[in-house]
Amino acid sequence: MAGHHDEFIKLEGKIFTRSFFVMLTLVVIGFFFIGVRYVKGIGAVSNMSDGYPWGIWIAYDVATGTAIACGGYAVAILIYIRNNWKFHPLIRSALLTSLFGYGLAGFSVVVDLGRYWNSYGFFIPSRWQINSAMFEVALCVMTYTLVLIIEFLPAVLWSLENSKGVTLRKVADWLHPRLTPDEARLASGLEWVRSSAAWLRPRLDKVLVFFIVLGITLPTMHQSSLGSLLLIAATKLHPLWHTGFLPLLFLINCIYIGYSIVILESIISSNAFKREIELNELSGLSRIIPWLTVIWLSVRVGDLAYRGQLGAAIKLDFYSCFFLLEFLLVAGGSIILFSSRMRRSPRWLFITAAMIILGGGLYRFNVYLIGFNPGQGWHYFPSIAELMITVGVIALELLGYQVLVKLFPVLPNPKHAGSGHKTADNSHHAGTHEEILPAAVHVGK
Amino acid sequence: MSKQSRRSFLKTIGFGGAALVASTTGLSHASEQPPVNNEALGMLYDATMCVGCKACMTACKRVNGDFGSLAFEKAPFDPDGLWDAPQDLSGSTRTLIKLYKESDKEWSYIKYSCMHCQKPSCVSVCPVSAMTKDKVTGIVDYNKDTCIGCRYCQVGCSFNIPKFQWEKTLPQIVKCDLCKNTNLKEKGITACAQTCPVGAISFGKRRELLDIAHARLRDNPGRYIHHVYGEFELGGTNHLYLAAVPFHKLGLPIVPQDAPAEFSEKIQHTIYKGFVAPVALYSTLCFIALKNQKRQDSNGNGEDDK
Repeated sequence: MAGHHDEFIKLEGKIFTRSFFVMLTLVVIGFFFIGVRYVKGIGAVSNMSDGYPWGIWIAYDVATGTAIACGGYAVAILIYIRNNWKFHPLIRSALLTSLFGYGLAGFSVVVDLGRYWNSYGFFIPSRWQINSAMFEVALCVMTYTLVLIIEFLPAVLWSLENSKGVTLRKVADWLHPRLTPDEARLASGLEWVRSSAAWLRPRLDKVLVFFIVLGITLPTMHQSSLGSLLLIAATKLHPLWHTGFLPLLFLINCIYIGYSIVILESIISSNAFKREIELNELSGLSRIIPWLTVIWLSVRVGDLAYRGQLGAAIKLDFYSCFFLLEFLLVAGGSIILFSSRMRRSPRWLFITAAMIILGGGLYRFNVYLIGFNPGQGWHYFPSIAELMITVGVIALELLGYQVLVKLFPVLPNPKHAGSGHKTADNSHHAGTHEEILPAAVHVGK
Repeated sequence: MSKQSRRSFLKTIGFGGAALVASTTGLSHASEQPPVNNEALGMLYDATMCVGCKACMTACKRVNGDFGSLAFEKAPFDPDGLWDAPQDLSGSTRTLIKLYKESDKEWSYIKYSCMHCQKPSCVSVCPVSAMTKDKVTGIVDYNKDTCIGCRYCQVGCSFNIPKFQWEKTLPQIVKCDLCKNTNLKEKGITACAQTCPVGAISFGKRRELLDIAHARLRDNPGRYIHHVYGEFELGGTNHLYLAAVPFHKLGLPIVPQDAPAEFSEKIQHTIYKGFVAPVALYSTLCFIALKNQKRQDSNGNGEDDK
C-alpha cells in the first residue's frame, strides 16, 4: 500500500494503435445493435425466448465474465490474507481487469433488463426481496464495482499528482484563439487538482485495506450467489449441474479462474507490449491453481456420486459430453500444473491457464445455458446481433485496458527488485515527465 | 510467520466452507412441508369435459386485454386479423386451449394458465417484489410498475408460465392473475370459469375444488387418470387438473412434490441468516489483512508516503 507505487509503471506508447481502431470498430457495431435493442425491443436483436429467457448476455457477460474478472479478488486474497506480498506487483493490472469485467457485466445487465427504467427499485427497501439470489447478486455487484473503483483510485491519483497536464494545456492552446481561456486560472486549477490528489492519496492509502477486504468479502458473497441463482431451476437444469453445492462450486470456480486469468493476461500483455514476463510471480500463482481445482473436482465428483449421477456423466450423450469436456479441460490443465518444470515454462503456463479458464468458463455456460432445458420445443442459439453486442462489450473492455495502462501506472515495474529495495530509477523522481524523459518506461515515485 | 497466516487463512476458509456445507447438507433432512392454504382461490380444469370451444381464451383476452396490455395474435393464413390465433401462451395470451391427439381414440384438450403455486418460484426469485402472492386469496400477482424485466421468474417457473413481450420496446411480463383486477373484482369469478359453456372450469376455494375432483375420481374411476394434478406437485398448486390422458403428454411436466423455492431459500437463508456470516467473514478478513499489512510495513519496506 503505502510505498508500493514504484512497483507499477505506466506503459509508454501511442494510444491510437491499430488494435485500438479494430476494437473501436467492434465497439461501434455492438453499440449499433444496442441502439436497435432499445428502439425495437429485445426480440429484435436476440434469439432469447420464453423458454430461454437468459441468453448469452447473462451466460457470458454476467456469469462467465465476472468469473474472468475475479483476478483482482483472487490476487487480493493471496496478498492480504495469505500474506504473500511478492504478488503485489500483479495487483493493479488484475484490479483493472476486474473493474472492466464487472463494470461491463453491469452494463450488459442494463442491456438485458426489459424494464431497466425500474432498476432504481433496488434502492427502495420496501421492494427488496431478500429470498432472491438475484437481489443479493445485484446489490453485491454494484457495491463491488464501487469498491474496485476505490481500489484503483491510487493509480489515478498518482498520475494526477505527477502530471503537468500537458495534453490539457495543448488543448487549451489549440482553443486559445477561439475561447481565450484564462491561462492563470487553468494553471491554478491544475495545481488545485494536483494538490488535492497529493492530499488524498496518503489518506486513502491508510484506509484502503478496509476497502480491499470489502473487495474480498463481496465477491465471496456474489460469486457463490451466482451459483445460487440456478438453484431454483430444479426441474430445468440437468442433474449433472443442479446441486445444492452450486454456490460452493461457483465460489471455488471463480478463484481458480481468477488466478488463471492473471497468468493469461500477464503473458499476453507481456507479448503485446514487448515486456519481460513476470515468470516468478506467475509460476508462483500457477502452483496454487491445481490445489483449488482438486478441491473443486472432488466436490463435483463426490456430489455426483452422492446423488447417483455418475452414470449420467459418462453416458456420452449431449449433456455428458459437455460435462466431460468441462471436466477434462480443468483436470488436464491442473495435472500439467502439478509439474514444477511446466510451471517455469511460459508456453505451458499459457496453455494450462487457457485450459482452466475454458473449462471453468464452460462449467458456468453449462449451468446457465447448455445444461438448461425448459422442456420440449425450446431451442436457443444466440443471434448474430446478440453475439455482436457481447463482442462489442468485450472489445470495449480490451480497448479500455489498452488505453488505461498507458495513462496510469498499472503494469508491474520490471526494474522493481521487490519491496525493501529502492530502485535505481528513483533518481528520476522529480523530473519524470513526458516532455523531458523519452525513456521507454516512466517510473513512479 | 507465513505458517501462522496460513493457519488463520485456513481457519477462515474453514468457517465459510463449513457454513456452505452445513447449508447444503441441512437440506436433506429438512423435509417438513410448509402448511398448505386450502382456503386460497383456484380453478379446477376437467379435460374430459372440455369441448375445445376456446370461449375461455376469448373471454380472458376481452376482459384482461387492456389491463394486461394483451394484443390479438394473427394466424399466418389470416392476414386481415379476423381471428385471434395464439400458438402458445405469450406476451399477449394468458390462457390457451390446446388439443393433444395421439390417435383417433386417444385425445384430449388441455388448458394452460398460471398454476398459482402454494410456494411459487417466481415470487421467491423476483429481486424487486414485482411478483407477489396474496396471503388470503393465494393469487400470484404481477406488478409491472416495480418489475425490472430480468426474467428470473421465467427461469424459475417449472411450468414456463410467465411470458415476456419480446417484440415490444417497453415490454412486460404477462401471466394469469385470476382476473384479480378485472372479472374477479367485479363479478367474483374468473372470466374463463364464468364463460365456459360446459362447466369444465370450476372456480372456488382449493378445498372445495379438491373435494369436487376427488368426488369425480370416485364416481367415474374409468374416466380419469387417477390423479389430481396440482394437489401435491411442487408443494401444491391452486390450479388443479383432471384428465383422461397422462398429464405429461398434455404438457404438464412431471415434477417433484417439493417446491424448488423451499430448496433454494433454505440454502440462501442458511448462508445469509441475519447477515451474520458476511459480517463475520468481513471482520475476520479485516483482522488478518491488518495484521499482515502491519507485519509487511514493519518488515523494512521502509518507504512511507507520510
